[in-house]
Amino acid sequence: MAHPAAAPLVIQGGTVIDPVGCREFKADVTIDGGIICAVGRVPDGFRDARRIDATGLMVCPGLVDLSARLREPGYEYKATLESELAAAVAGGVTSLACPPDTDPPLDEPGLVEMLKYRAQTLALSRVYPIGALTQGLGGERITEMAELTEAGCVAFSQADHPVTDTRVLMRTMQYAASFDFPVWLRPQDPFLARGGVAHSGEVATRLGLSGIPVCAETIAIDTLVTLARLTGARLHLCRLSSAHAVEQVRAARASGLDITCDVAIHHVHLCDIDIGYFDSHSHLVPPLRSVRDRDALRAALADGTIDAVCSDHTPVDEDAKQLPFGESEAGATGLELLLPLTLKWAAEHSVDRPTALARITCDPARILGLPAGRIEAGATADLCLFDPLEDWVVGPRTLVSQGKNTPFSGLPMSGRVRHTIVGGEPVFSRAG
Amino acid sequence: MTRNPQLDAHGALRHLLSIEGLPRDVLVNILDTARPFVSVTEREVKKVPVLRGKSVFNLFFENSTRTRTTFEIAAKRLSADVINLNINASSASKGESLLDTISNLSAMDADMFVVRHAQSGAPFLIASHLREGISVINAGDGRHQHPTQALLDMYTIRHYKQSFTGLTVAIVGDVLHSRVARSQIHALSILGVPEIRVVGPKTLVPDSFARMGVRVFHRMEEALKGVDVVSMLRLQNERMDGGLLPSAQEYYKSYGLTAERLALAKPDAIVLHPGPMNRGVEIESSVADGSQSVILPQVTFGIAVRMAVMSILGVG
Repeated sequence: MAHPAAAPLVIQGGTVIDPVGCREFKADVTIDGGIICAVGRVPDGFRDARRIDATGLMVCPGLVDLSARLREPGYEYKATLESELAAAVAGGVTSLACPPDTDPPLDEPGLVEMLKYRAQTLALSRVYPIGALTQGLGGERITEMAELTEAGCVAFSQADHPVTDTRVLMRTMQYAASFDFPVWLRPQDPFLARGGVAHSGEVATRLGLSGIPVCAETIAIDTLVTLARLTGARLHLCRLSSAHAVEQVRAARASGLDITCDVAIHHVHLCDIDIGYFDSHSHLVPPLRSVRDRDALRAALADGTIDAVCSDHTPVDEDAKQLPFGESEAGATGLELLLPLTLKWAAEHSVDRPTALARITCDPARILGLPAGRIEAGATADLCLFDPLEDWVVGPRTLVSQGKNTPFSGLPMSGRVRHTIVGGEPVFSRAG
Repeated sequence: MTRNPQLDAHGALRHLLSIEGLPRDVLVNILDTARPFVSVTEREVKKVPVLRGKSVFNLFFENSTRTRTTFEIAAKRLSADVINLNINASSASKGESLLDTISNLSAMDADMFVVRHAQSGAPFLIASHLREGISVINAGDGRHQHPTQALLDMYTIRHYKQSFTGLTVAIVGDVLHSRVARSQIHALSILGVPEIRVVGPKTLVPDSFARMGVRVFHRMEEALKGVDVVSMLRLQNERMDGGLLPSAQEYYKSYGLTAERLALAKPDAIVLHPGPMNRGVEIESSVADGSQSVILPQVTFGIAVRMAVMSILGVG
């Protein structure tokens, strides 16, 4: 077992943020055997327990990230499990789902077992693989979903690979629905998006970059919503990017369909204008869209239309970024920015801290079907302790991830993780 | 957003990457500097010593004999040493080597790079990795910009029309994929042209171009009415395969510049084309060779304008 029932630990003098109860209060947190046994007064019998002084720190559930690419297997030159799980705990992320777009893709139980085993050996964050929906992510043949689930997959996805054939898409959803396996898809019509590298809008027009129109997303959502209704599949829409998409989710729910969705943290803060003079760090998937789209995503995240925000962590090596925009590899590092960027959004959008943290703790945990993201007696002791006032500057030296690729490089952040606890055991500490 | 990378801290031109964001006086200065160079090209000894001892590297990642030649002639008339490099993008083991190529060439004491690349923005990437003192001239990047082409067009327009402030200009054809059109739109706006029109079918002239400050037309007859300048764009062969246009014949039927259509423009309207022309596809031969065509003077002015840009960057 990777996270053995740990010796007692008392976190003393911090401010607890409870995203489920939506409140903040001063309390000690007592942990025994990897489980929170008290929030409040330290029970008798823990006088000699290990202690962490959390004075001035916020104590919240460990972050749950719905999408973090660890790059193993296949892309070890971009990042490794060691480097990225170290980045995860440095960012306060204690549970993460990793998409299947590895090389080979996660379409075979042995690969999933190996990944789980490797992650458990490292005993850092908990890793929840997302299995490939189709073999080789090729969009043609259904994977062995039951076997993959047994091996540890929590959902099925195509990552950024399309299923171009709508009949195949319907059958994968029918099959998944037979066993109630969740299907996570990023809505994008592959034909409308073909060759595109930026949002079809003023910036792409001006810069002469080939565009991905908003309708590539909305037409795909229409298709997926129709198929979800028809097949009964548990649909989760990944990485929404446009205002119109948010409206479609609202409409689908209003008509009684039970779907969930997420957004990447970059899209909550940035828009196509941030491409500036062809900055390949702003080359993301889906593309950064207009200011109006970004503002709609921010509002939808606040009112809960968007259930969760994820890092969509994608470490990319320098060689793959130092290319003309259209040839550069898309993606940004994000595990260590998820917390400060969520706090930044909360501050700018006047969202209270517990609600904001819910979007990166209990809400994504609900989508994953995990009991994580809570801070209460009986809950697993996965915790993140952060200093809300600590300012730091994003840069190659301050990031643990092997991927230093981020449009936020050189920018100041407020809020920094000081301790991360997984299963009652401190796995990361940073001096203040 | 960071500072415009083409200008130095004092607002002087360091690179020529895009027309967008250049101050009006920088453009006017280039046109004014080009004027005496036109006469250089008419002299018996066609050389001035402005860039003597300087090395100009023509770096063409995309084939273009014509543009490369005009840059070569311009540099040689300024007495620079010219090195031509045709780097086939496919053989250059893709982009990883792009910056490596650039660092290698910089180490050979290059003073100026003239860059053509199939990817929008490539010259920006190159410029951002060069040490102080080396200039980049964008000779066409993807669909983005072709600034010297637009400048020579501006020179031609000024030559025939004297001023920009009362003009109506129509840009005709595949605006979507055209770096020439994008550069022209910026140059014309900066120089004060009050009405810029773009015309073509919606597959090649999407309505989103209105956001660039132009009037979008889809009917040739409406767009040409009363214009002073007609700027034709070249239609690439790959656009005519049925994906964006049904055929070259149908394109000519709807958007070809015929004498009949040109008659809708002002009687003294001029016709520009960046070349190479597709006669019978975008332009009728009688128009291309007619009295209103300034297509050949464009080529002559092009050398002078490129000499002007190089001398400003090389001396600056």
